[in-house]
Amino acid sequence: MKEKKRNKMLLQIVGILLALLWLSPFYLMVVNAFKTKNGIFTDVLGLPTEWTFDNFRQAFIDLDFASSLFNSVLISVVSVGIIIIFSSMAGYALARNTSKLSAGIFMIFVAAMLIPFQAVMIPLVSLFGQADMLNRSGLIFMYLGFGSSLSIFLYHGAMTGIPKTMDEAATIDGANRWQLFWKIIFPMFKPISVTVMILNLIWIWNDFLLPSLVLSSDQATIPLKMFFFFGQYTKQWHLALAGLTIAIIPVIIIYFFAQKHIIKGVSEGAVK
Amino acid sequence: MNEVWFMENIFERVEVLVLKNRSLSFWLFVTPTLLALGLVVFVPFIYGFIFSFTDWNGLRATQFLGMEHYINLFQDREFLNSIWFTIKFAVVSIILVNVIGLGLALLVTQKMKSSNILRTVFFMPNLIGGLILGFIWQFIFISAFDSVGSLLGIEWLQGWLSTTGTGFWGLVILNTWQYGGYIMIIYIAYLEGVPGELIEAAEIDGANPFQRFWNVTFPLIAPAFTISLFLTLSNAFKLYDQNLALTGGGPYNSTQMVAMDIYNTAFSDYNMAYAQAKAVIFFILVAAVALTQVYYNKKREVDL
Repeated sequence: MKEKKRNKMLLQIVGILLALLWLSPFYLMVVNAFKTKNGIFTDVLGLPTEWTFDNFRQAFIDLDFASSLFNSVLISVVSVGIIIIFSSMAGYALARNTSKLSAGIFMIFVAAMLIPFQAVMIPLVSLFGQADMLNRSGLIFMYLGFGSSLSIFLYHGAMTGIPKTMDEAATIDGANRWQLFWKIIFPMFKPISVTVMILNLIWIWNDFLLPSLVLSSDQATIPLKMFFFFGQYTKQWHLALAGLTIAIIPVIIIYFFAQKHIIKGVSEGAVK
Repeated sequence: MNEVWFMENIFERVEVLVLKNRSLSFWLFVTPTLLALGLVVFVPFIYGFIFSFTDWNGLRATQFLGMEHYINLFQDREFLNSIWFTIKFAVVSIILVNVIGLGLALLVTQKMKSSNILRTVFFMPNLIGGLILGFIWQFIFISAFDSVGSLLGIEWLQGWLSTTGTGFWGLVILNTWQYGGYIMIIYIAYLEGVPGELIEAAEIDGANPFQRFWNVTFPLIAPAFTISLFLTLSNAFKLYDQNLALTGGGPYNSTQMVAMDIYNTAFSDYNMAYAQAKAVIFFILVAAVALTQVYYNKKREVDL
């Protein structure tokens, strides 16, 4: 018994040391964001001798943070909303319809997951450019296209837990398919919708390559702006690190409040 | 008689209407996503495939070149280098990410007070984009490594990311740090499904911790390996943001992975058709690896 307790203690210590190691990049980012250029030059690892907020002030302005945050929120929220609405509809219809055609369409969605983004990137930009769709709405439409496969797959899987008698009961009560879906099925999708929302939010919020090809600079999202900002301040680490710190603050705040849901969502998305 | 016929006819007509209505609602529900997937993935995919056999410049093509691009790219040093670098990176990453991920999962599933906090910490990097993580680690490798190196007099900690080797290991470290916590989540999901009585029974039978893991836990979490290997492999192959932010492909394009090589061929050299031919090869590579692995793992699971 005593040995067991000691082992547990030892594991506890290993865990804490590993956690500190995992966090050390963030520690170094934050402390150096508060130093002056000279401060970083003389000492990288320690706390700042004099704390300065000037880096943050300038990074906030140069990142155009209010505007890029707005763009990021707008694009992520609208895209994820649309993905949830249309993927849940398709997942429901594909699972309830047992025809060969329906199974074939489902297979097409699954097969699309094998195609890496780079395989369609160049013609995609060319085609959407010719259609004058290289803008926010074009980007949101693209997110629906790229995000629908996994989302439909998840909704399709969730349908196995919803008995057909639900449909029949509602139909007898006089509901048509549209009402049946939104009043009965969609509310039952809530847990899987949370998973779909989290997976797509993490992906779209952090996506860099696609927006960099589609959006003009006045519509830039946070990762896009960060890329330009970093290029502008190479070797000026005090400013670059302050910018990076600002850029991840929104994510950390949300993680702090929703970590349980997020980890559960990611786990379900990967395991199913 | 007439009445019966009348009733039957009514039923038939209602049935046809219901069926028609059903297929109408089916298309109403499926079309929006099908249209988006078609226009965003399949149309560009086919369009690109066709134009990879021409001299397409992104807007128009004037002549058919047959296999010319495909023959050329197999003599293209830079492309072959990027494939080789990507494969090396993928192999090392898969091993490290899975070992670390499983290790972390085993650690945090021991009943400890700090378990939840540890999970939260190890998973955290995955919420932040690869671009930002790459920039943060660029600072760590260049400044922090250098400063620790000169403090302790360790020479190999200095000059990171300025050579191909340190660029490679820099990418591996960043990738392991990031995806270790992601893969941990998958292993946790399966580890928590292992019944405690089984482990206890093995313990009573005198199995040591290693035997308990190897003979009891390991076979039960086999599906987690399928998922994790598949995820780490496809992540490693498609890595772009981290590559761009950490090394930018340098020095001299020696740490450039396939995804970045395709991007640069298209949008720096404006060699669209040639870049698309590379992209087609990239697709074949990624799809082949993924399909082989799914097939192999399904077979193994059945054998077990």
